[in-house]
Amino acid sequence: MPVVEKRQLLSAEEIGRTLSRLAHEIVENSGGAKDLALVGVRRRGVPLSERLASQIRGFANVEVPVGTLDITLYRDDLSTVGSHPVVQSTQIDFPVDNRDLVIVDDVLYTGRTIRAAMNGLFDLGRPRRIQLCVLIDRGHRELPVEASFIGRQIQTSDSEIVEVRLREIDGEERVMLVDRVS
Amino acid sequence: MLLIRNGRVLDPATKTDATLDILIEGDRISRVGPELDARDTEFFDARGLIVAPGFIDLHGHLREPGGEMSETIETGTKSAARGGFTAVCCMPNTQPVNDNASVTRSIVERSAAAGAVRVWPIGAASMGSKGEALAEISAMKAAGIVAVSDDGKPVATARLMRQVMDYCTPLGLPVIDHCEDPSLFAGGVMREGPNSLKLGLPGIPAASESICVGRDIEMALLTGARLHIAHMSTSGSLAYVRAAKRNKLRVTCEVTPHHFTLTDEDVRYDTNYKMNPPLPSRADRDALIAGLADGSIDAIATDHAPHHPASKDVEFDRAPFGVLGFETALALGLTELVDSGKLSLTRLVELFTTGPARVLGLERKIAAGEPADLTIFSTEHTWTYRTADSPSKSRNSPFDGRSFRGAPMATVVAGRIVYRR
Amino acid sequence: MLQRLSHLLGTENLTREQIAFILDQAKPFQEFQRHPLKKLATLRGKTVAIAFFESSTRTRISFTTAASRLGADTMALQAESSSLKKGESLIDTVRTLEAMRPDGIVIRHASSGAPEFVAQRLEIPVLNAGDGTHEHPTQALLDALTIRDRKGKLEGWNVTILGDILHSRVARSNIHVLSKFGVKITLCGPAMWVPRELEKLAPGIRVVHCIEEGLRGADVVMVLRVQTERIHEPALAPDEYISQFQLTPARLKLAQPEALVLHPGPIVRGLEIDSAVADGPQSGVLEQVTNGLAIRMALLYHLIGGAAADAPHPAKDRTNASD
Repeated sequence: MPVVEKRQLLSAEEIGRTLSRLAHEIVENSGGAKDLALVGVRRRGVPLSERLASQIRGFANVEVPVGTLDITLYRDDLSTVGSHPVVQSTQIDFPVDNRDLVIVDDVLYTGRTIRAAMNGLFDLGRPRRIQLCVLIDRGHRELPVEASFIGRQIQTSDSEIVEVRLREIDGEERVMLVDRVS
Repeated sequence: MLLIRNGRVLDPATKTDATLDILIEGDRISRVGPELDARDTEFFDARGLIVAPGFIDLHGHLREPGGEMSETIETGTKSAARGGFTAVCCMPNTQPVNDNASVTRSIVERSAAAGAVRVWPIGAASMGSKGEALAEISAMKAAGIVAVSDDGKPVATARLMRQVMDYCTPLGLPVIDHCEDPSLFAGGVMREGPNSLKLGLPGIPAASESICVGRDIEMALLTGARLHIAHMSTSGSLAYVRAAKRNKLRVTCEVTPHHFTLTDEDVRYDTNYKMNPPLPSRADRDALIAGLADGSIDAIATDHAPHHPASKDVEFDRAPFGVLGFETALALGLTELVDSGKLSLTRLVELFTTGPARVLGLERKIAAGEPADLTIFSTEHTWTYRTADSPSKSRNSPFDGRSFRGAPMATVVAGRIVYRR
Repeated sequence: MLQRLSHLLGTENLTREQIAFILDQAKPFQEFQRHPLKKLATLRGKTVAIAFFESSTRTRISFTTAASRLGADTMALQAESSSLKKGESLIDTVRTLEAMRPDGIVIRHASSGAPEFVAQRLEIPVLNAGDGTHEHPTQALLDALTIRDRKGKLEGWNVTILGDILHSRVARSNIHVLSKFGVKITLCGPAMWVPRELEKLAPGIRVVHCIEEGLRGADVVMVLRVQTERIHEPALAPDEYISQFQLTPARLKLAQPEALVLHPGPIVRGLEIDSAVADGPQSGVLEQVTNGLAIRMALLYHLIGGAAADAPHPAKDRTNASD
């Protein structure tokens, strides 16, 4: 889809510092990372969750398990799309029961993705608690979903998109605000 | 009186190929010559068209009595007229089977009342075509049959075939056989080959037909009878027929237009491609065309086999065998055989006229005193065959929607124009 | 990738890419079978008609479970209770089904070509669960998935199919799939059940009538059912078949050391296959069953429930996605 860049929201360095801060907040909030586990939502939540775990390993010397969640099968809009999107794998190798889970995604918008992610997690067991960590919260919620750990909160309009580029997926590292061009 | 003017008269029997006029009085040809003068006549301008002796179809199914849902003598003969046929030999597998004079008479009477073209019934060889007792052949002969056959099935045993032949020879009736070996045919729905394997449809090996042809020819050798092989479809059968002819046996054969046009590769699961004998392998199809060209094959016959649409709209293996044939026969002959250079036009006309006539022991020619049966056709006229436009009650043709160059333009039976395009 | 596919009638016309895509898409559904809660809402509100005009328990249950786990409802039509026995034609049964408005039909039928017949007349996706002796595409796909998982890849193996190939839709579908991946296929069995003409079905096929020759060098051995119904022509006495073609541990040793043994089921132990082989370490029979569920879920997911191709996409306006 054609887009026009409006402004940069986070540089590579700022992404790094933000993730570091988020990692600390998560550990603090979890009372010592006991039973803590991170679940990255495909696609860009995955490298973010891995980086958070790596950070936590670094400063807290704790190995926090990381899982990947594909929410395609849990989407609420499948009967409106022309053909069903490709399903990727969900890989959560640790038991979910009684876990202190943190869902990690790049952008929080309407909240529907997170609702789907929670449905997916409940299929696997009964976590003790689920919290949400996002790099950007751009507002416009359509469901009662909130993030406990937010990198940056910004005001956006419906015609804008927050584009997150991560080196593991996009080969570059920055967050921009772009305009949809119809 | 009817004057057919300016046509190219092509008559293999008299070796005529010239622009001539034909004057018809009543039901007979009265004169043939260049630029005939006539007053008080109906005219038909055949400029640019071929005028041939009236085509004879040795093999058609008119379904009456008993199968009127699929076709009647009236609708079938109207379709035949559209195909340029002036006479149709109708097979006896009606309900009841035409195995006695009373059924034969009913067919003859119905044809006289409602038939658009001449109908020459073929009587059953055995009672009910059950393959046990002989049918009432001489009574049927008196009532008007021109041949015998248990078509739909083969004459059941060699022994019965011998008896039928012995019985028919003094009556001057040819025996027509639908050649097939029941044990090899068993449950088959198409020609056995790579395509039947791929489609997962039970196949009928070509040998099923040729085994029976060989059997019948041995019986013809034994009895001296006139044997005609119906709807021949394999090179194996053709080889037997050629050998029999070389040995001066009175053996003849016919091929249908779908068998010289389509092959087993054309079968998918469309029941309009399901008939018996099934569509041939490519090699057999090509051998049949060679046989049509070199005279080993005597006639083209349609095996017009109507089945009302609901009966064909089922799974392939449950569908009845058979496809329509009257209206596409000539066009297919012109396109597949003449235009492609495999046969001459004269040879094609023989296959529709002198060939079938000889099988029946008749003559078919354009000459003064002959019956006024003519087939007037164009080799140029382009048209598209649509089963929806056909007077037939059925729609089961593999050629629906196909375009042709060449078509029957008018059909004259007993001096009357029964069809005009 | 499957956008151009509105039905799954067979594997003959699937491209290599489409087959690989289906196998890849089965993966998430394989993982799904390990979830404690095996119930999605993905196809909730959709109905899948399970129309089995030929008796079958395993395949029918597999499809029904697959639909159910995706959240769909199923409508069961079975030959025994169907009006087909009372003389209602396939076309009328189909129209009746259509009037009940399912979102898709899974059909098994004794006539080759029946699913195609149905697909030509209905506007909804048709999945072939086995037609006559023609195709059984989901079986071949789950077999391919099992080979790929066990052996690491699908390409280039020597695969021997053992039994009555002539009457086997499983064999045909497998031939169409494997031949697209450069697999060398050996068809082995009694001559009347394995005519040489089968070599023309696809590239890379050879026909042998001696089991020792058929097994030599095989990386995968697919054993077909020897059915007690009248399907074999001619029928062979069981002892005749066993002595010449049963897959015994001794015969299996003629194949490659790590050869994978597959069987579409149900197995008749002691007939086409010795119990020791069926239960042995080289047998992939149990994985085949799980993979069957995954393949069928992947296919139902992709074929059923999307909007019409040209429907507007309201949801797309409100996603933070430019890709």
